[in-house]
Amino acid sequence: MSDLYAPLPPSKKLFNAAMSVTAFALSALALIPLLAMLWAILSKGVPHLTADVFTQLPAPAGMKDVPSGFANAIIGTGVMVAIAAGLSLPLGILTAIYLSEFGKNSTFASGVRMLVTILSAAPSIVVGVFAYGVFVLPLKGFSALAGGFALSVIMLPIVTLATEESLKLVPNAQRLASAALGAGYGRTTLRIVLARAFPGILTSSLLAIARAAGETAPLIFTALFSQNWLEGLLGPSASLSVLIYNYASSPFVDQNNLAWAAAVMLVGIVVFTNLLARWVTRNRQTTR
Amino acid sequence: MLPSSNPPPSNSLAPSSAAPNEGEQPPIPVMHVQDLSCFYGRHKAVEGVYMDIYEKHVTAIIGPSGCGKSTFLKTLNRIGEMESDLRIQGRVELLGKNIYAKGTNLNQLRRQVGMIFQQPNPFAMSIYDNVAYGIRTVSRPSRSVLDDAVESALRSAALWDEVKDNLNQSGLDLSGGQQQRLCIARALAVNPKVLLMDEPCSALDPIATMKIEALLHELKNKVTIVIVTHNMQQASRVSEYTAFFSTDEHRIGQLVEFGATSQIFLEAEQPSTRDYVAGRFG
Repeated sequence: MSDLYAPLPPSKKLFNAAMSVTAFALSALALIPLLAMLWAILSKGVPHLTADVFTQLPAPAGMKDVPSGFANAIIGTGVMVAIAAGLSLPLGILTAIYLSEFGKNSTFASGVRMLVTILSAAPSIVVGVFAYGVFVLPLKGFSALAGGFALSVIMLPIVTLATEESLKLVPNAQRLASAALGAGYGRTTLRIVLARAFPGILTSSLLAIARAAGETAPLIFTALFSQNWLEGLLGPSASLSVLIYNYASSPFVDQNNLAWAAAVMLVGIVVFTNLLARWVTRNRQTTR
Repeated sequence: MLPSSNPPPSNSLAPSSAAPNEGEQPPIPVMHVQDLSCFYGRHKAVEGVYMDIYEKHVTAIIGPSGCGKSTFLKTLNRIGEMESDLRIQGRVELLGKNIYAKGTNLNQLRRQVGMIFQQPNPFAMSIYDNVAYGIRTVSRPSRSVLDDAVESALRSAALWDEVKDNLNQSGLDLSGGQQQRLCIARALAVNPKVLLMDEPCSALDPIATMKIEALLHELKNKVTIVIVTHNMQQASRVSEYTAFFSTDEHRIGQLVEFGATSQIFLEAEQPSTRDYVAGRFG
């Protein structure tokens, strides 16, 4: 039985080491773009992240020694994402419940599922033009409402497909157990399926919100941009993403700096939402 | 009505001996299965079953894998059609009423014919809420009434002493055997007339199995039990009646023989039954 302790031949050891090094190196290589982007944004943005940034309006181009910020863009992004969430979360979650629990593989459900999948692949600029056509033109003006609507079209398929996946992960044995106790479809869905899938649904909702917060193209045609505070939902609105789009390519250095600071803010929102989603999921799973 | 006094339809095999204990009240059929065939899509899985389920007795269903035991069991509370495209022909009567009649309230049916599954499947909620789930489906009793019902169901399932101090603990944190008894308590809480058990011990260790078998002896004073099992010793230990299912040459499941358990195990009429219970199958 001395073979049991025989060392590996040198050629295999060498191959083993070489493959390990290669795997680590390639993983590190894959991280470089992400880290480089984060470094660029943080190093150029953080120095301009002053208190003014969160409380002031953008200063007119070229004005020196005037407090400048993007408080209106933060409010605009918040309001439009809230509108989008208010429209897409109920609709998307209800659609997912229908697809997973009631429609299943019926022709209608399969059709809906296919359309939602296509919608999820629709370029965001197309969604923007669509919202321009159905909201901006009839209302004769750019508005935060139209922006929120465009973002909801982006969010809807993400919420629907991810929620359906969460619902499908609930073991069928749980549905059968509920039915065997005389509970109808409604009670089974509400008390057993949704309760069990809740962390997953919350996670997908948060990820969809993070995605919508970073979208630019749907807003260019709908909410446009504004140097001023939000004046109601029917007026144009600033947003962080469009502010970055407008100011990053501006010839004025102050505006470039504001764009970098807004980029930090936006990345911060996205990272925070993702972490929150992870935390919610983990917390739920350990207590259940 | 004695099983033997029940004139069998031509292609059925009715029990050919009297109830196990002579001199007792003759058993009353609580469910009556008449010429039942089951289909998965176009495939016929079970054919021509006639069978009576006797009140407050344990009926065991034995047979080789794929003979349609579970399929048959799941027609008795119509849970099978929820899982797959199961279709049936024939009649299944619960207390004289055809459960496949149009307008059958499936929720009511399943409250009267409860089910225990092969894998314990407690809900991801507290022990208390698991047991109260079925009760809360139809009514909102006061806390004290609900407390009593939960305690009584857990006592009937021989689980109360083990969990009485941890009723708020998640049902998923219990051991496998405890989970299965929790599922039994949960089913008993809605006062079913019949309890279907689909190999309830096959995922459990021998000690947990023993506890469930002991429980069955208690339970049959309250509820009629139909148990599918792969374990012939189990069938002989727990049941008064045994049905032997097998497949014919077309792989269609059939009820080969139904009778008092002692008769099936000691002096079965059909050669295939004798071979199976003697372990000479296949």
